[in-house]
Amino acid sequence: MEKKALKDELKALGKKIKASPGKRYVLSLYIAGATPKSTRAIMNIKKICEEYLMGRYELEVVDIYQQPELVKEEQIIAIPTLLKKLPLPLRKFIGDMSKTEKILVGLDIKTRK
Amino acid sequence: MTKTKGNTHLSGATLIKSPTGITGLDEVTGGGLPKGRPTLIAGSAGSGKTVFAMEFLVNGVTKFNETGVFVSFEEPVEDLTKNFASLGYNLNRFSDNKKMIIDYIHIERSEIEVTGEYDLEGLFVRLGHMVDSIGAKRIVLDTIESLFGALPNEGILRAEIRRLFRWLKLKGLTAIITGEKGDGMITRHGLEEYVSDCVIFLDHLVFEQVATRRLRIIKYRGSSHGTNEYPFLIDKTGISVLPVTSLELIHKATSERISTGIPRLDTMFEGKGYYRGSSILVSGTAGTGKSSVAAKFAESACQRGERCLYLAFEESESQIIRNMRSIGINLEPWVKKGLLKFHASRPTFCGLEMHLVQIHNLVSSFNPSVVIFDPITTMMSIGSDNTVKSMLTRLLDYLKMKKLVTTLFTNLSHNEDLEKTTMAVSSLMDTWILLRDIEIGGERNRGLYVLKARGIGHSNQIREFLLTKEGIDVRDVYLGQDKVLTGSARLAQEAEEKAEGLIRRQETQWKQRELERKRETIESQIKVLRSQYESEEEELRISIHQAKLIEETISRATREMAKSRKADVIKPAKRK
Repeated sequence: MEKKALKDELKALGKKIKASPGKRYVLSLYIAGATPKSTRAIMNIKKICEEYLMGRYELEVVDIYQQPELVKEEQIIAIPTLLKKLPLPLRKFIGDMSKTEKILVGLDIKTRK
Repeated sequence: MTKTKGNTHLSGATLIKSPTGITGLDEVTGGGLPKGRPTLIAGSAGSGKTVFAMEFLVNGVTKFNETGVFVSFEEPVEDLTKNFASLGYNLNRFSDNKKMIIDYIHIERSEIEVTGEYDLEGLFVRLGHMVDSIGAKRIVLDTIESLFGALPNEGILRAEIRRLFRWLKLKGLTAIITGEKGDGMITRHGLEEYVSDCVIFLDHLVFEQVATRRLRIIKYRGSSHGTNEYPFLIDKTGISVLPVTSLELIHKATSERISTGIPRLDTMFEGKGYYRGSSILVSGTAGTGKSSVAAKFAESACQRGERCLYLAFEESESQIIRNMRSIGINLEPWVKKGLLKFHASRPTFCGLEMHLVQIHNLVSSFNPSVVIFDPITTMMSIGSDNTVKSMLTRLLDYLKMKKLVTTLFTNLSHNEDLEKTTMAVSSLMDTWILLRDIEIGGERNRGLYVLKARGIGHSNQIREFLLTKEGIDVRDVYLGQDKVLTGSARLAQEAEEKAEGLIRRQETQWKQRELERKRETIESQIKVLRSQYESEEEELRISIHQAKLIEETISRATREMAKSRKADVIKPAKRK
């Protein structure tokens, strides 16, 4: 019984997520090689995505050393940069993604007080 | 990086320089910017930083076969291309040829959220990618300071910019970094702290509503450089920096002489005329024939088959030709032959620097051996004494250094300060001829004399200078008893003589009166003496008469007595 209730709840949650199509996130994280900063940024953003955007996000990690031409295309200056391509508006987050609150507000997951 | 810093202090190792190809700048910097090092160009808005940097790149491609990358943080590529098209650069052609990459880096502050530590590796990768793709040797970052506005956390930025300059050096790139002028600092964000090799400052100076761009090299590590503020100009041919003076006076002097065009004037200079490559100043009051001396010199140059450039600032070409024909100088055939070129313009048409550049361009394209500048006085209307003088200095240096050009300047002066030229330019001149009015016997004549002539034994005589239908003639003047007197000097002399005459007349009159008085005194003395004499005479006469009477009486009495005594008749007795 308890198990079923939990299942139902999860189902409802899944439906809820699917019912809001605008809330699908497409993110790109630009890093430069395997520096501690890059690693930290990957870990931090993955954690945030898993926690708040489970099942409705795409996260692409780009190593600019491998694809230098993308740097120009997306006007990437600072590293690491997280690019929120969707939902619009376009937004950039620079740094090692350690300030979770700021990112959540910036991603419109949490509203600013 | 081609050299370590220490090497520059050791003998034999000199700093390698990357020529900018900008007229004058390579001269001032002794060869260009430090190769493989960053150079900071600072200045206020609109001072020409971007043009400067772009010209460095364009010249690198066109003149020195060095490819370049231009990174703009301020203007989109299309805008840049359009702006430089008006300066005559086709930037698209360079980018199509893969000789140059122009890139626009734009950061929108409002889009960015900072979430912790970051670095500028993206910028590095971007720059590195561009540099490597065309093998660039030169790079411009215009203006990297924009990053300070776009990205927060100044501490990180500063560390990254420091790293960027290190990276540029490591890549061996000759870089130009531009920076906005700051308050009390060279740049607003203190970029000069990181760029320690070469700092150039651009500026505006406005005088009498005419703005002059100026350039100053604040620092150039490991190299000597000119420290002055050098005026520079941006026109359709790009930037020209004009050294105020040549750094050294090393122009070669020749002993070749050329005729003045006036035979008697030649005789005043040992019979040979001016030195070739010297500068001649002809000054005088209005209407004394300055332009005529100049035209005669131009004519004689053309007769020798040499080219002559006539810069006229008061009269038009046809006016000069017409006027000179009236004194027997026909310039027209020489113009047609292409030996004589007129350049007539109003001085106020543009600023001094513009004039200078125009003259530079004319001289380098026409290649004359004689340049006439008629007159320099009109330049005063567009600049102060000092700027005009410095312009003439630079002009003379250029003409003497490069081309061995003989230059003749005319200068209008006023009677009061005839020998004190308005701009104190005389010290720049090798030969100075003075024309002046001489007023004798109710008419004005022209007098000519040579005030100085460096290295030439010259006549000290004033000559009369005649403008006739047959041409110019120089003759000896008439000399008076002991001096030639003219104008006010003559008037003064006359007044003096008049006064002297008056004194002399008064003296004579006084002497005459004195004589009269003396005569009167003496005459009265004579009268007194005469009356004295007369009274004495009277007295004497009376006493004589009395004595006679007595004697008569005595003799009568004797005779009476004898008669009475009946004495013998004897002869009358002798008178006692």
